[in-house]
This record gives sequence, C-alpha cells and structure tokens, in this order.
Amino acid sequence: MILKRLFQSTIGKKILMAFTGVLLFGFVIIHMLGNWQVFAGAEALNDYAQLIQSKAFVLWGFRLGLLAVVALHLWAAITLTIANRAAAPEKYAESKTLGTTWASRSMTLSGCIVLGFIIFHLLHFTVRTVPGTPEYFQQDLKGRHDVYAMVVHAFQNPWLVGIYVVGVGLLSLHLSHGLQSMFRSLGWSDKRYLPLQMNLARIFAGLIFVGMSGVPLAIFFQLKDF
Amino acid sequence: MNFKLKVWRQADHTSSGSFETYEANNVNANQSFMEVLDVVNDDLTKAGKEPIAFDHDCREGICGTCSCVINGEPHGPEDKVTSCQVYMRSFQDGETITVEPFRAKPFPILKDLVTDRSAFDKIIQAGGFISVNTGQAPDANALPIGRETAELAFDAAHCIGCGACVAACKNSSAMLFVSAKVTHLGLLPQGQPERNRRSLKMVEVMDAQGFGGCTNTGACEAVCPKGIPLEFISRLNRDYITASLMERPESE
Ligand code: HEM
Ligand code: SF4
Ligand code: FES
Repeated sequence: MILKRLFQSTIGKKILMAFTGVLLFGFVIIHMLGNWQVFAGAEALNDYAQLIQSKAFVLWGFRLGLLAVVALHLWAAITLTIANRAAAPEKYAESKTLGTTWASRSMTLSGCIVLGFIIFHLLHFTVRTVPGTPEYFQQDLKGRHDVYAMVVHAFQNPWLVGIYVVGVGLLSLHLSHGLQSMFRSLGWSDKRYLPLQMNLARIFAGLIFVGMSGVPLAIFFQLKDF
Repeated sequence: MNFKLKVWRQADHTSSGSFETYEANNVNANQSFMEVLDVVNDDLTKAGKEPIAFDHDCREGICGTCSCVINGEPHGPEDKVTSCQVYMRSFQDGETITVEPFRAKPFPILKDLVTDRSAFDKIIQAGGFISVNTGQAPDANALPIGRETAELAFDAAHCIGCGACVAACKNSSAMLFVSAKVTHLGLLPQGQPERNRRSLKMVEVMDAQGFGGCTNTGACEAVCPKGIPLEFISRLNRDYITASLMERPESE
C-alpha cells in the first residue's frame, strides 16, 4: 500500500517532507512577492491586502490547506527526528563533521526556530496580539485595514526588526539544505544535476533572505520615504 | 615513531565501557594501524592483561570486517581506505590516537571495538539476491549490458558492507549501504525480476532493524572506503517510489 509506505517508512516520510517542503517554499515565494508591495506604497499594499481578505472562503480554504501542509511537514520532522536520535544514542568521544554542513546537521533546530517565528509572526500581524499600538487597527482613507501603516510602524522598533531578520535568516538556512535535500528525497538527483541543485538551493535561500529581510531593514533604515 | 593509543574498552554488550590509554613506542611509519594494535596486544597478553578485541579479517581492504573509528573518523584519516589499510605515516609522531567502536543502536558493541553488524545480513536476506536458473553457465555474451550500465553497477558492487556509512551518520542511517545493493542489482538484467520487491523489502527490514532515516548530510559518502556516491541514495528513493506505486496487495 502506497499510503502505508508513505506514512510509515523512513523514505516515505522523507517524501512527505520534501513534498510539503516544496509547497511551503512556493508559499514563501508568493508571500515575499506580496511583501514587496510595500515598496510601491500604501495604496498598492492595502489594495493587495484587501484583495486577499475579500473572499472569506478562499482565504480560509487557503489557510486551512497551509495549516495541513505545515502539520504534515512537522509530523514527519518530529517522528523522524525521534527515530534518528534513537538510532544513534551514543556520541563519539572524538567527533568530526565529515564534510557535512552546519545547515544540514541542524535542520530540526532551524525548523523549530522557524516554527516559533511563524507563530510569533501570526500573533503579530494576523491575530495582532503582540503588545502593540493602535496603528495596528487603523483604517486608511478608503476604509480598508491600513496594513501599510501597521507594517511601517512595527518596523520602527529595532527588536521587531531583529526578530524578523533572525527568523527569515534561519528559514533561509533551513532552505539552503532543504531545497537540495528535497530533490534527492524525491529520487530526482544524480551527479549530473547535483551541482546545479546545490547552487539553486543556495541562490533561492539567499534570495529569500535578502527579499524577506529587506522589507523590515529598508523601513528601519529609511532607505525610502515610508 | 611513538604514539599513545586511547582505546575504548568494554567487557561485553551489557557493561559500560571507558577509555584506556596504551603506549606504542618504536613504531615503524610503514606499519599498519592494525599491526600496531597487534603489538600492543602482545604486550598486554605478556603482562597478563586482556588484549584489545578488534575486528579484522582480510587486512587487504576487501572484506569489510575491520571497523574502528580512528580520531573520530570511521576507517581513519585516509580517503577511501578501510581501517586495515591505514598506516602509521598518516599520523603525527607523538600523537594520541583515539580508537572507538562504531556507535549505532543497530550495531551493538560485543566487546571493545567489536560490533555486531548482523543487522546488515538481515537486510541482505530481505532482498540482496537474484534468482538464477541452475544448469549450465550462461554464454558470456548472451546478455548484452551497455558499458555505462555495467560500470555503474560495478561501482555499486564495490560496497563491502563494512557499515562505516552507518557509523558516520548522525542518524545511524543505512541508506548508503542499501542504495549500493539496490543500485547494483537493479541495474543489471539479472536483477529485474525482484527489483520492486527488493527495494520495498530491504527498506522495510532496514527500518525494522532500527536504522535512522537519511537527511542527506553526506557524512556516509565522505567515509565510505569504496567511494559509494550519495547519488545512489537518490536512485534508491526513486526505485522505492516506483515500487510503492506498482506494488500489488500481498495476496496476489
Ligand atoms: C514548522 C517548522 C519546521 C520544521 C520543524 C521543519 C523541519 C524540517 C526537517 C527536520 C527537515 C528534514 C531535513 C532533512 O531531512 O535533511 C526539513 C526538510 C525540509 N523543510 Fe522544513 N521544517 C519546518 C518548516 C519549513 C518551512 C517553513 C519550509 C519552507 C518554506 C520548509 C522547507 C523544507 C524543505 C524544502 C525540506 C527538504 C525536504 C527533504 O529533505 O526532502 N520547512 N524540515
Ligand atoms: S556503502 Fe561504503 S561505507 Fe557503507 S557499507 Fe558499503 S562500503 Fe561500507
Ligand atoms: S580486514 Fe578486510 S577490509 Fe579490513
């Protein structure tokens, strides 16, 4: 049974992780393109936000789908990590990295920090319960939720800027290994493609770091008149 | 050359072990690491002490029996060699050399540096074979196999089942070993009848034996004495996916 293999074997679980990982990666890219609306000004960003929020059932369908994807990724990550730790309970007295990268050895750690960051981010901009300011609930002149004011106000605070930069930093570290690992987990890699896949992973991880952290940094350092 | 050997001593599977340090003096640079262990063991025996138990057989790098972790590296500091092919010229004079057994849950320590790697045999029994007809030997060129395929299968066939890949992996994953077997047999026409069942069964037993999953870190490839490449793991995943999709219920 394919489903049983997918949910029970180590290889099957890695296939699930790779598959959900790609979907999450796709979401991050779209999210990043959306964030860039802030550079186009209040009108563009608030319009975009309004568009997303306009159809409740599309919005909630999307949110629930995303939640399911995260839950699957997380479930596979946790169960595999437990099994992996159990398989190697004793450490060597002398230990060497043996050509492995820190990113590849710390996927669970980076993943957990990213999870913490995602929760914080949702509480901050979606639920809006991080101790904040009235600006977060303000409406613009057209009666839309003033996302632009909310974002620009938030990133005057160096602590928030720091949290976002570190959060997306760990996300891109996670992806610098995850995106190349994914090709191999899906059985789609050999020595002809591997160098390309490793480079693509690094390029996209870098792009996401610059593209995502660029927004809070640009606002904080007033790179433009926000 | 003079060395200090910091060696893991453990009486049996159930007792807890610890390191003991021994001196090896007047060592010839071209002595092998195992010969130095032999000399240390001679001294221990003469002194009425228990010699260090370590695994070895062919001592020419082809059987896969030797299995030390030397200074944190399974099979020691040299690239693509087994522990029995490590020579003292690879170390600094006066160095303290740390020697440990393979550490992995599916490879329990039997004594000192000796581990029980029969979990690999169980995996092989599950699918590391082909069915051939008995009778006359087949004609040499009756089964044409392309050169590139033959070469790749041969690369995979180099795996000697030593278990260093498991020892090096932070998850004690046996994926490199299993991928070598699945690649080797799956590429050749003789391996086709069992191909799907092979990958499913070998992975099933691999999981059941308690080996961890692959996180593609690449430590296995770095220590493999036979240069089995990571890309075979991707090939195993591919075969496994295909086999799962094509699998029919047991009853058929
Ligand atoms: C919610 C918190 C998360 C946790 C705990 C987590 C954990 C993990 C772990 C343990 C792995 C396996 C690493 C490996 O096998 O090498 C992994 C792989 C991966 N993750 Fe995550 N992750 C999380 C979030 C994310 C997010 C938000 C994304 C994408 C934007 C993502 C993308 C990936 C990708 C593409 C892989 C590669 C899959 C593979 O190795 O085949 N992860 N994750
Ligand atoms: S893949 Fe390499 S390290 Fe692993 S068992 Fe085979 S020869 Fe040894
Ligand atoms: S003793 Fe046979 S490979 Fe080392």
